Amino acid sequence: MTNDDWTEHGAAAIAAAVNGRERSAAEVTRATLARVRSVDGEVGAYLSVLDDLAMVHAEQVDGRIARGERLPLAGVPLAIKDNMCLRGTRTTCASKILEEWVAPYTATAVARMLEAGAVPIGKTNCDEFAMGSSCENSALGITRNPYDLQRVPGGSSGGSAAAVAAREAAVGLGSDTGGSIREPAAFCNLVGFKPTYGRISRYGLIAFASSLDQIGPLTRTVEDAALAYDVMAGHDPCDATSIQRDVEPAAFALRDDLKGLRIGLVREFDTQALGAQSDELYRAAYRDLELLGAELVEVSLPTAEYGLATYYLIAPAECSSNLARFDGVRYGLRVPGEDIRAMYDNTRAAGFGPEVKRRILIGTYALSSGYYDAYYVRAQKARTLIARDFERAFAQCDLIACPAASCPAFEFNAKSDPYSMYLMDYYTIPMSLAGLPALSVPCGWTTQGGATVPLPIGLQLCAPIFAERLLLGAAHAYERATNHALARRPALTAERV
Amino acid sequence: MNSAYEAVIGIECHVELKTETKMFCGCRNEFGGEPNTRVCPVCLGMPGALPVPNARAIEHIVRTGVALGATIPTFSKFDRKNYFYPDMPKDYQISQYDMPLTVGGAVNYWLEDGTLQECRLTRIHLEEDTGKSTHAGSGDGRIAGSSYSLLDFNRAGVPLMECVSEPELHTAGEAVAYLESLRRTLLALGVSDVKMEEGSLRCDANVSVRPVGSSVLGTKTEIKNMNSFRSVERAIESEIARQIAKLEAGERIVQETRGWDEHRGVTHSMRSKEEAHDYRYFPEPDLVPLDISREEVEVFAAALPTLPWERFERYARQYGLGRKQATQLIDNPPLAQYFDEVVTRSKNPQQSSNFVLGELSRLANEREVAVADSGVSAAHLAELIELVESKRINSKIAKELLGRMWEGEGSPAAIVEREALAQTSDPAAIERFVDEVLAANGPVVADYRAGKTNVMGFLVGQVMKASRGKADPALVNELVKKKLSS
Repeated sequence: MTNDDWTEHGAAAIAAAVNGRERSAAEVTRATLARVRSVDGEVGAYLSVLDDLAMVHAEQVDGRIARGERLPLAGVPLAIKDNMCLRGTRTTCASKILEEWVAPYTATAVARMLEAGAVPIGKTNCDEFAMGSSCENSALGITRNPYDLQRVPGGSSGGSAAAVAAREAAVGLGSDTGGSIREPAAFCNLVGFKPTYGRISRYGLIAFASSLDQIGPLTRTVEDAALAYDVMAGHDPCDATSIQRDVEPAAFALRDDLKGLRIGLVREFDTQALGAQSDELYRAAYRDLELLGAELVEVSLPTAEYGLATYYLIAPAECSSNLARFDGVRYGLRVPGEDIRAMYDNTRAAGFGPEVKRRILIGTYALSSGYYDAYYVRAQKARTLIARDFERAFAQCDLIACPAASCPAFEFNAKSDPYSMYLMDYYTIPMSLAGLPALSVPCGWTTQGGATVPLPIGLQLCAPIFAERLLLGAAHAYERATNHALARRPALTAERV
Repeated sequence: MNSAYEAVIGIECHVELKTETKMFCGCRNEFGGEPNTRVCPVCLGMPGALPVPNARAIEHIVRTGVALGATIPTFSKFDRKNYFYPDMPKDYQISQYDMPLTVGGAVNYWLEDGTLQECRLTRIHLEEDTGKSTHAGSGDGRIAGSSYSLLDFNRAGVPLMECVSEPELHTAGEAVAYLESLRRTLLALGVSDVKMEEGSLRCDANVSVRPVGSSVLGTKTEIKNMNSFRSVERAIESEIARQIAKLEAGERIVQETRGWDEHRGVTHSMRSKEEAHDYRYFPEPDLVPLDISREEVEVFAAALPTLPWERFERYARQYGLGRKQATQLIDNPPLAQYFDEVVTRSKNPQQSSNFVLGELSRLANEREVAVADSGVSAAHLAELIELVESKRINSKIAKELLGRMWEGEGSPAAIVEREALAQTSDPAAIERFVDEVLAANGPVVADYRAGKTNVMGFLVGQVMKASRGKADPALVNELVKKKLSS
């Protein structure tokens, strides 16, 4: 790595260089596109690479800089998960049903990133309709973990994670419904940040589960995550669930210690269950938090164990309704049939993959007359109880620390039964159900389970609603003190020559 | 109708609200237009698009609820009603299930004989309209036998009020009277154009029959496809007759949805209860619950217009107007308002109604200008009525004056004063006119005395003419008769 390789730099450094006219956005973009050409064949992060559009945007950014504007993300190469609309580009949700669909409008979060000077490099792979934890549910391509190409990048935002890890972008946009940003971040040695539900507009994010979906950044540093968050957060009149509350910039709240903070360790989340190496790494991480000045306290989340069951009723229920519109009538795939019913059936049978179908069926069942009270209503009650557990816990602490995923990146086809895949999100789902801001930050490397190369794992930090500044600030202190992410580089062919 | 049976009818109305924009997006809310020109990602149900509720539509529903005496819960929410249909872009409709914006309340309505009755409401809720399908290739526009269908989403997402009545109506006439009253109320509130021909008012009827005296409800059917008040009346009558005939024949009524066939004048089965959808309602996660503030409700309550049946009661009971006159006024709210002002000033409802619905409306029709926009102010009309009532002018002069007032000549009292148009009731003055006329028409007087009494009218007319119309006609008559027979 040399200082001239602009794909190595993070968003903060690139924006500073472009704003300072040391580098043009066009140069950074060309370098990034070249990097994509050289490594994406083996990584498979992108479903579409927007060479021309990227250059158009880069030149616009350079024009604005030349006119004296300063842009928070000037020239920052951006990877966009393919469930977010960008006008004029294919937006597939990694599904056959939208394989050829071109978005007629741009998602608010994407528009804000571009307005701030970010350059759209491409649209990234994910689990179909963001349903999955490995990217293996994509109907349109395979994405590999840049740190071990035999392994998955995590999911569902695996393409954005792989792109940022492989230096094919500086910032990746992901969406997190039950852990879809945090888990791939942990798998790919990244910072993955899911803000408070409603902080970032969902307008233009193709819905999986509306009451849980939240857009957030995947980056190589906490500072970059804060920069992207500051750009995207804030009320959007196009999203009725977006919060009408001022956002105080998090980039100015980054700190170097944790003095005065009480950090809660969850009694029910016993890291011994994760194996000796992981257990040791998490214990070390907690010690580091203490060394940085935090006071560790034990908190209890007694209902968190019901998170998975609760989530797998609420999310499928919402998805069964959200995905009804993919019916072959107005857009997307249409497979003809005898009559309209047959057309619906043929289209949806051919257009959706097995996991999407499974969740539509579960959700349809949970909402059906006679089962609604037993499933959906009880799940909503459980959701309320889980949120109350967090409220009680946050009466005793400022932040909660716990694992971001149950294991490091696994090999392809290792989790073939759905339930073992669902378990990947055991530690991230409760926060999603409670709508809390949470992030994953690299906390070490493990060869546990026979890995041939060390694999990254992530520490999850979680804050009360709206406490994003505190959360990012604390994560920054931990990252600066430990520097786990810098220990290793991706294992790509292009790296080895 | 067989007098051994009683029908029980409930009405469900869908009313398109009058708003600038659609329920959940910024597209214009207007009837018609080139297909698919008033659409956007939101009302087309594009992937990723989200609804944002129209505050004005919510206000319309709450105001309607307040006007109808409904309870306005402080908390309400939207739900999704899930079913697949090609003209429904998201394949779910944003509606309200268990927490509607308004609960209860009642519509008062009046019948042919002028009696006022009440029909309570179950609820009023807010939802979005669907698009429109046009079926081609079947010849009659129906889906059966059509080769393809065209979709127009201009209507998709238009705010729709659903108003559900309790089953408290008993005849087709009552059902129509209820609908007419509801229609007038929504017009008075300005929340909808309520045009059945444009589909901004659509209704379904739930109909059952039972033996008179029974308090148990019979099995009901739901009647759809009624496109006018007249077809509502015919469809309900036909359905009641069908159900009674079934029961008389010892058969059972099947719970089902039936369509009204306007041409054949009968209802036909569309789908049975077993085929009914499971709509899988659940709270709409894209929208936050609605908090309706008490202050807002109070503001609405304080600013309600006069409701149609309040007017009817006043006109019929207090003013003694006939049903027809009263209804005619109520159906023209600006005219009714004008009439009310005239009555307030003249204290003479009958004369006010005569003038407003008579000569003034005739002038308005002739000139195609609304009465309220004419030069005739309520105060001046009241003045005119006072002039007539006090016999200062006769009706002929009054009519003439009204024409001049229409042209903007202002106060009738001032014209009368200025032009000495006041009616002459002075017997001595009139006697002079009579004497002159009789003297000038010797032969006619002779005819009269010879028994041709029908010339009397001619002579009276001549006297009126001589007085330039100002003489009191009754007095002229009296004096002419007296002179001729003396």
